[in-house]
Amino acid sequence: MSYDVPVAPGEAPADVRGEGSRSHGWPLWEVFVRAKRGLNHTHVGSVHAPDAETAIQNARDGYTRRAEGVSVWVVRSSEIHASDDAVSMFEPFEDKPYRHPTFYEIPDEVGQL
Amino acid sequence: MKTITTETDLGTYLVRLGDDNLIIAQRLGEYIASAPELEEDLAIANTGLDHLGIARHLYTLAGAIEGDGRSEDDFAMQRPERSFTNALLVEQPNTDFAFIMVRQLFFDAYQVPLWRWLSASGNVDLAGIAAKGLKEATYHLRRSSSWIVRLGDGTAESAARAQAAIEGLWRYTSELVTSDDLEDRLARNGLVPRSSDLAGEWTVTVDAVLEDAMLMRGSDPFQTSGGRTGVHTEHLGPLLAELQWMQRSYPGATW
Repeated sequence: MSYDVPVAPGEAPADVRGEGSRSHGWPLWEVFVRAKRGLNHTHVGSVHAPDAETAIQNARDGYTRRAEGVSVWVVRSSEIHASDDAVSMFEPFEDKPYRHPTFYEIPDEVGQL
Repeated sequence: MKTITTETDLGTYLVRLGDDNLIIAQRLGEYIASAPELEEDLAIANTGLDHLGIARHLYTLAGAIEGDGRSEDDFAMQRPERSFTNALLVEQPNTDFAFIMVRQLFFDAYQVPLWRWLSASGNVDLAGIAAKGLKEATYHLRRSSSWIVRLGDGTAESAARAQAAIEGLWRYTSELVTSDDLEDRLARNGLVPRSSDLAGEWTVTVDAVLEDAMLMRGSDPFQTSGGRTGVHTEHLGPLLAELQWMQRSYPGATW
């Protein structure tokens, strides 16, 4: 498995294959839902399913039944590679506020970016 | 005694369709927490709630047409078994997941052409309900079809269970696509389709799914009916006993 979920101190490693649950070997799929046209697909959770089509159907019933979306992506959880070591990866950026584009005047004509 | 008018006929027809949807919703609800996966529990619950929602619309419209003040709850909770006119297929009790999916496939393959036809009904209220039903049934059919293919083309065990369910339920399929006098009268007014006119599409849909799934049609030539006239199998009574118990024991109870 290459699903390297960062583990916080004291936290048990994530059981991404659902072993120990009632799942009888169905793989896990990560679900991404697009709330409406023009927005990006956003990760919303995961489902167990034997194949991609069933995963999409299960995602539809689990994550869009209150009209949350107009499009669903699923991807095998084992195909996702995650970053690790948040200290060296991300903390160096925390003291570099000048990288935020907050020092520009945005003309009114541009509207909502 | 009331004279038969197009209005009373339409009310009777709406209750018939409402009963189909209420009873299959109850059967699906019974299975929640027994599906092979949590995800399937959710999907079965969603499907059942779709059917329940349609039943509520149909009963409410039937009550409005009848004009005697009967509410959706009155139709669902205050009628005895012989007054229910659902098809026998939908009351057949759950056995295993394959059985539920086969029952659903047979019902979905009937509902899709039914709702498509009714969405152009001369009664605009019914047409509105049917337009909603068509979207839901189209998805139900997609889901039941894909599961039948997976079961039939899966393991020896899953294929055997799916085939056994097809055999067991085959005798209840003709009733779905058989017309009666009520439908004939309403069809002449352009309000509803004759169920027999839906038979062709039902057969094409089911045959295509079964072929994809490498399963066979039912081989039992015997066909039974009676649901549309209130003559049910032994399974509807216990279902209604559970469904109606609260309102029967505490009439009018609300919370």
